[in-house]
Amino acid sequence: MVEKTPILDFFTYFFLLAGIIIVGFPIIYAILASTLTLEEVSQVPMPLIFGDQFFVNISAAWSRGDLGTQLMNSFIMATGITIGKIVVSMFGAFSMVYFDYRFRVVAFVSVFCTLMLPVEVRILPTYEMAANVFGPLQPVWDFLQLDSLLSWITQNDVEVLLNWNLLDSYTGLILPLIASATCTFLFRQFFLTIPEELCEAAKIDGASPMVFFRKVLFPLSKTNIAALVVIEFVYGWNQYLWPLLITTDPKMKTAVIGLQNLIPQADDIPEWNVALAAALIVMLPPILVVLFMQRWFVKGLIDSEK
Amino acid sequence: MLLFETIPMIKRAYFRSKYLPYILILPQILITLTFFYWPALQGLVHALFRSDPFGQNSKFIWFENFAALFRDPLYLKSVGITFLFSICTAVLAISCGLFLATMANRALKGKSAIRTMLIWPYAVAPAISGILWLFLLHPSFGIVAIFIKKTLGINWNPILNGSDAMIMVVLASAWKEISYNFVFFIAGMQSIPKSLTEAAAIDGASPMRRFFSITLPLLSPTLFFLTVMNIIYSFFETFGVIHTVTQGGPGGSTNILVYKVYQDGFVGLDLGSSSAQSVVLMTLIIIITVLQFKYVEKKVQYTG
Amino acid sequence: MKISKRFIFATLFIFVLFEMTVLAAPVEIHWWHAMRSARGKVADTMIKAFNDSQSEYKVIGAFKGNYDETLNAGIAAFRAKKQPHILQVFEVGTQTMMLSGAIYPVHQLMKDTNNNVNWDNYLQAVLSYYMDADGNLASMPFNSSTPVMYYNVDLFKKAGMGRLSKDTPVTWDEMGKITGKLVESGVEGGLVTAWQSWTQIENYSAIHNQLFASKANGYEGLGTELVINNPLVLNHIKRLKSWMKNKRFFYGGQKYQGPKAEFIAQNAGIYIDSISGIAKLKKAVKDFTWDVAPLPVEKFMKEPQNSIIGGASLWVFKKHKKKEYKGVAAFLRFLATNEMQEYWHKETGYFPITLNAYKSLSNKGYYKANPLQEVGIKQLNRRIPTTISRGLRLGYFVQIRNIINEELEQVWNDSKSAEQALEDAVYRSNVKLRAFENTYN
Repeated sequence: MVEKTPILDFFTYFFLLAGIIIVGFPIIYAILASTLTLEEVSQVPMPLIFGDQFFVNISAAWSRGDLGTQLMNSFIMATGITIGKIVVSMFGAFSMVYFDYRFRVVAFVSVFCTLMLPVEVRILPTYEMAANVFGPLQPVWDFLQLDSLLSWITQNDVEVLLNWNLLDSYTGLILPLIASATCTFLFRQFFLTIPEELCEAAKIDGASPMVFFRKVLFPLSKTNIAALVVIEFVYGWNQYLWPLLITTDPKMKTAVIGLQNLIPQADDIPEWNVALAAALIVMLPPILVVLFMQRWFVKGLIDSEK
Repeated sequence: MLLFETIPMIKRAYFRSKYLPYILILPQILITLTFFYWPALQGLVHALFRSDPFGQNSKFIWFENFAALFRDPLYLKSVGITFLFSICTAVLAISCGLFLATMANRALKGKSAIRTMLIWPYAVAPAISGILWLFLLHPSFGIVAIFIKKTLGINWNPILNGSDAMIMVVLASAWKEISYNFVFFIAGMQSIPKSLTEAAAIDGASPMRRFFSITLPLLSPTLFFLTVMNIIYSFFETFGVIHTVTQGGPGGSTNILVYKVYQDGFVGLDLGSSSAQSVVLMTLIIIITVLQFKYVEKKVQYTG
Repeated sequence: MKISKRFIFATLFIFVLFEMTVLAAPVEIHWWHAMRSARGKVADTMIKAFNDSQSEYKVIGAFKGNYDETLNAGIAAFRAKKQPHILQVFEVGTQTMMLSGAIYPVHQLMKDTNNNVNWDNYLQAVLSYYMDADGNLASMPFNSSTPVMYYNVDLFKKAGMGRLSKDTPVTWDEMGKITGKLVESGVEGGLVTAWQSWTQIENYSAIHNQLFASKANGYEGLGTELVINNPLVLNHIKRLKSWMKNKRFFYGGQKYQGPKAEFIAQNAGIYIDSISGIAKLKKAVKDFTWDVAPLPVEKFMKEPQNSIIGGASLWVFKKHKKKEYKGVAAFLRFLATNEMQEYWHKETGYFPITLNAYKSLSNKGYYKANPLQEVGIKQLNRRIPTTISRGLRLGYFVQIRNIINEELEQVWNDSKSAEQALEDAVYRSNVKLRAFENTYN
């Protein structure tokens, strides 16, 4: 600031503090509640002092909500989505930026369209797709009379039912969510800013595209990859609607969905202390990821906007 | 995000290879085709049929599903509710984010710590945010609810009263987005050349004046981008909030479009109507995004 | 290459052994259900008892989530041709299942597997919900409940009232006075109700032999229409709304901390809910005495009809093998034995479905020791169900219940008059019913 504005400065810090408190209040309150006993948390209003039941509640939440399995499922899902998206889109962006081929623009536009339509819009048919990925191929198969052909070849009655069922599976949790282009764009924008000289030098050296990718692009992209790891991990971990539909087997449920089972329903004893303790555990991994990788994350968010 | 102009853009130096680019892009295309385009197409097709849940009877009924939607006063109410919810959430999240970013930008000390303490709600799932805010605002035992009822004397009951329920879900949804917006605004502000603000200060402009004449216009790309993102967020990602907290009630007052798609499709087992709703939702968001790009982006000032 | 004889014999031996184990392995039967935690454990015990009692069949139970999720899982599985043998579906899904073309009706199953079941031995009020129009059973009732009225004995005493009869229902006029006395004596509110569509409209109509929907509540045809905007129901809703003024009745919401919590916190002196609340109240209420009474009736109804059930039944999917169906039939019969019915009833509070089990428990003195449990059964059995009171058979019933809930909520929060709400509920529900009808024609 050019001028001295002590009053304004005071208000600045004041509002910042107020903002931090307001933003942090829900979670502080939840932490409070998770340290209390059932009687204390059921009191109206709830006492505002920390209790000592934190670990008791956490272990109750853990065993009752089968949190171990669910956290593992969430972890596998989030990691799968992160790795899947980053790998697929990095190759895709590389292809779109560093090669000139006939379908390049078509590929670009078709991938771009996925940005605007998140999975929530196409849940039903995507769900049907996941229930049988080979579904659309069945009519084709039947039409081509391939069953008869196979029967003739093997001299046996053959009926082929094309079926690949992704329900209640990790593949089903992960694969359909990779179909979104956010990462591809980030990489594309980033690749466009890389100096041409690097590529030209590689070509002069006779390096193949993949070598260029491995030795030049990849190392340069590390910051972006780090940012995307954060973004996609949080995205994958916090997914709600899709896991809700594709998993009904309780062993396959993710942590965010499983949490709903602990929230006291109309019929249940209001054990908010346990429920909130569970919520804290479930919230923790993505928060940790964000906090530890803050710098890259912020940089990644900003760059994606350009 | 001048994407449209840059579509054909390609590096000056590029590789010539017959098969490699196709191989590289194949996974992405395959997945996009299988899990995006094919289902989207199927959704369009389903919307033209009336089917039973088990898929045994399907009748082609042209656009009857769509007509039924637009005749249904509750569907139109849901459209209105979605817009109201979306605008309230976006306005709240953007203004708070902007305000906090302005404050944080002025702070000379502890910028990193401040950012840390404001950034973490981004990592919280909307569904969990809903649970936290429900716990605070539930009329029977929520501490903020009790404060509102006893100290402010307002009759607060989101279980019964539709507007109260709407306020609750808006709060739960906006809370999370504030930190997302905050990060972008801060970065945007930091990319504004100090020379501009200093020159204005020397010319005698007050901090307020500087904010409105310089900072805000130069932040307009960020503002524009965030508006688009916030609207998309509030249309879709807030499903978790509604499902956890109000299930669309009371009396259908928080029944946003994406929730209705789920309700009618998966709980009500009405495939045709749900698919038609998905198509309408898709169209709506495309229109909103395109409109924003066409008209609002023109007003956006990029530095230079 | 010389293969030694020993080697050949060894392989033959292993092969035969393998074949024998394969042949001897019990036939697996998959049952997908929505019974979570405590009830799930009871179901698991019963499954184990069946598996232990014989070696031909092995039932494998899988908990699939709540009723919606379980139904969706079943549908998805059927479409993917991976359906289980038995699926537990809530009562509102009956019409959907019946018309699905995917199920094997239970009466047919029993006949085809040479199981002669005497259906008269079963509680008619329970069976009639799941029968087709010809009186044949489509699905096997499993967990059936009915609504009753819970009341706080201590608060009643403070207001100068004694216990209510377990056999003779009070009248709604008397309810007005009772709730008035409760509020006057300092209780925050009088009556709350759970499942308002089920208890205040569906059951209310059945008990008073009032049609809920035309064509015998949908049993007689898909052209059914809702008729809840009749004077009787309208009067009831208006009355409840008028009681809201002085909190003789108030709305406790549907999900979090709903009416049950209000009752437990002693904010409401009376609470209407399913009999499944008995077990939960036993666990949660420590500091006051409570009791159960049948649902109130109107004064003019001298001989009130039976209440209707809620809960779920077991549906059998098509396209399995014949020997597997033998196992399914055996399992269903096993579940209907006295021993299993008594166990299920005692542990969960859901009704025994056979008269035999009911009588046997009676003879064992169970109901003398636990009179609460009998209130529901007696209310269910007090009269032979008429074509109006045997249950509801509607398509898109889940959505219709939601519609009714939404409309009632708007009455409670002063957005609409009772007349308007019921009209709108009828209109909206009929739209759904027509759509359903058109799907199957």
